[in-house]
Amino acid sequence: MAVATSSSQVLNNVEAVRATLYEALKNDDKVLILGEDVGNRGNVFLITKDFVKEFGTERIIDTPIAEASIVGIAVGMAMEGLRPIAEIQFADFIYPSFNQIVGEAAKTRYRSNGEYTCPMVIRTPYGGGVRGALSHSVSVEALFYHVPGLKIVVPSFPADVKGLLNAAIDDPDPVLFLEHKKTYRLIKGEVPDGHYVIPIGKADVKKEGSQLTVVSYGLYVHWALEAANQLESEGMSVEVIDLRSVRPMDRTAILQSVRKTRKLLIIHEDNKFGGIGAEISAMVAEEALFDLDAPIRRLAAPDVPAMGYAMPLEEAYMSSPAKMADAMREMVKF
Amino acid sequence: MASIPTQVRKSLERHGLSDEQLKTIFRTMLLQRQLDNRGFQLNRQGKVPFALGSEGHEALQAGAAMAFARGKDILAPYYRDLGLSIGIGLTPYEIMLSIFARAADHNGGRQFPNHYSSKRAGLMSFSSILAAHIPHAVGAAYALKYRKESGRAVLVTFGDGTTSEGEWHESMNFAAVHKLPIVFLCENNLWAISTPLSLQMGQPNIYKRAEGYGMPGEQFDGFDPLATYDAVSRGMERARNGGGPTLLEGVCYRFLAHSTDDNDMTYRTREDVAERRKDDPVPRFENLLVESGVMTSEQVAAMKQDVLHETNEATDKAEAMPFPTADDLYKHVYEGAWEPWQ
Repeated sequence: MAVATSSSQVLNNVEAVRATLYEALKNDDKVLILGEDVGNRGNVFLITKDFVKEFGTERIIDTPIAEASIVGIAVGMAMEGLRPIAEIQFADFIYPSFNQIVGEAAKTRYRSNGEYTCPMVIRTPYGGGVRGALSHSVSVEALFYHVPGLKIVVPSFPADVKGLLNAAIDDPDPVLFLEHKKTYRLIKGEVPDGHYVIPIGKADVKKEGSQLTVVSYGLYVHWALEAANQLESEGMSVEVIDLRSVRPMDRTAILQSVRKTRKLLIIHEDNKFGGIGAEISAMVAEEALFDLDAPIRRLAAPDVPAMGYAMPLEEAYMSSPAKMADAMREMVKF
Repeated sequence: MASIPTQVRKSLERHGLSDEQLKTIFRTMLLQRQLDNRGFQLNRQGKVPFALGSEGHEALQAGAAMAFARGKDILAPYYRDLGLSIGIGLTPYEIMLSIFARAADHNGGRQFPNHYSSKRAGLMSFSSILAAHIPHAVGAAYALKYRKESGRAVLVTFGDGTTSEGEWHESMNFAAVHKLPIVFLCENNLWAISTPLSLQMGQPNIYKRAEGYGMPGEQFDGFDPLATYDAVSRGMERARNGGGPTLLEGVCYRFLAHSTDDNDMTYRTREDVAERRKDDPVPRFENLLVESGVMTSEQVAAMKQDVLHETNEATDKAEAMPFPTADDLYKHVYEGAWEPWQ
């Protein structure tokens, strides 16, 4: 249980995002926020509640419902020296802005040979387990992590949210910042006071262990930790790595852990085919195949278009701490 | 078919432009055509893999460039804006570096020809994806307004084809909501590669859409550089002084194929093109300048020689420059060094 101290406070993920955005707006008038319902409504999760009263409508911009230009206008602002934070209300709505992210933001520096840059953040809530149906529950990271020029952050703990969001706002390149909706109010944690930065591209070992490496990110880090603790009570030792960023990805941390435990289980909420786990599996097979004592395994969603609205359809799509514990046991005993 | 407001002017309407400015416009038009043709020649000689033409857009681009305040305004162009780009300060050498894809090119030889970028000139980087640059221009205009930099404005250009894209609509709408300092300039050449205006839109007068967004709209003869200058300079002045956005539509024509990889005889006839050639803006403006006494025939001939000479020099100088190297492939992915997994 997280406890506040004289130099920290306990926040949930919504509060961590909100506090970090607030500080950024306070500290740098080049920072502005644009998106659907971010102003008067204060964002659908109330992340930017009352910001417009303090910072004004010029900095907290309620946009028309037009995702391609929300990102595209932010690209132009960034090229012209501002530090925009664009919000896509739900990750499921990001598709209309795909070209602006992949074809424009990620390539501005490259195509102009470094003459123009695109320092901007695109924040968006993603993920399931909240009865979000087809269009309020997707994971979009695999659609974007193929793209050089883009950075993708997927934090799961409030302290990481703050440090990584600060890093994203400071970053000279475009960053896609993915916030898991189910962790928003569910996950609380100690968050240090003051400004600090966690480097993008650095994973974090959330639990040390010796018999199996579990690599995950987002909500599933929390469930993987729950499962790993269960296994510990059964006498098995599992290491849990929170990727925190999926691009760039911390190859060193993954390989270091796998060479120690000699077994690798990758767990993600997104479906298996072409997912983040595919890249990690390939990398470990290329770099550390002869260090392994078991085949690499991926625990991921089934290869179907989405989780359904009806509870059985959502449950069948989502994993669970129990399912994760089963997979871990099999791997440890292999 | 779109209404084409072309009419040969009997007398010179200066719109406040001096003789020197009129000559500058004419020289930009000549230089555009010469450089444009040079790209096609180099392609046919097998020296460059690709070139994009802009013949027919000279009057529109040289006139618009004269309304651009160098060192203040921002240009967000598209890939047919060779003349506009030299008109705001790119050099023929820079154009040829782009055509030859040399290392010293602004883009380091990464992009197709005519995809310029230059911070020095205030020319924003753009891709080949149509309309993707329009929200960028709007974002830049927002930055100008946000920083209260009055006296500056953004000029964003595009062809008729781009006006069918969603981002075009979204950008027009946002600019109108926030009364941003921007001029949307459509270079309507009546063709989206092979698709005529009649298959692109039910209302062929693009400028009329302005009313739907709540901004002024105006159409003018894009074969007339002075009508263009007049419309664009009024729009830019309005934008610089807090009057908000304007949609302008200059009607011109694309005399060449879309690119060196296109054969326009598959979708239009030589007669179609020849009919429009009768109004070719370059000889038309030349005649006007000579008839009105701004230039003599001898001065025109000397200027043409000078432009040819400058194009030849730029061609030779750029061709002699080195290509980027394989190492350059890895630069500018992110700030700092980038070591990909491989």
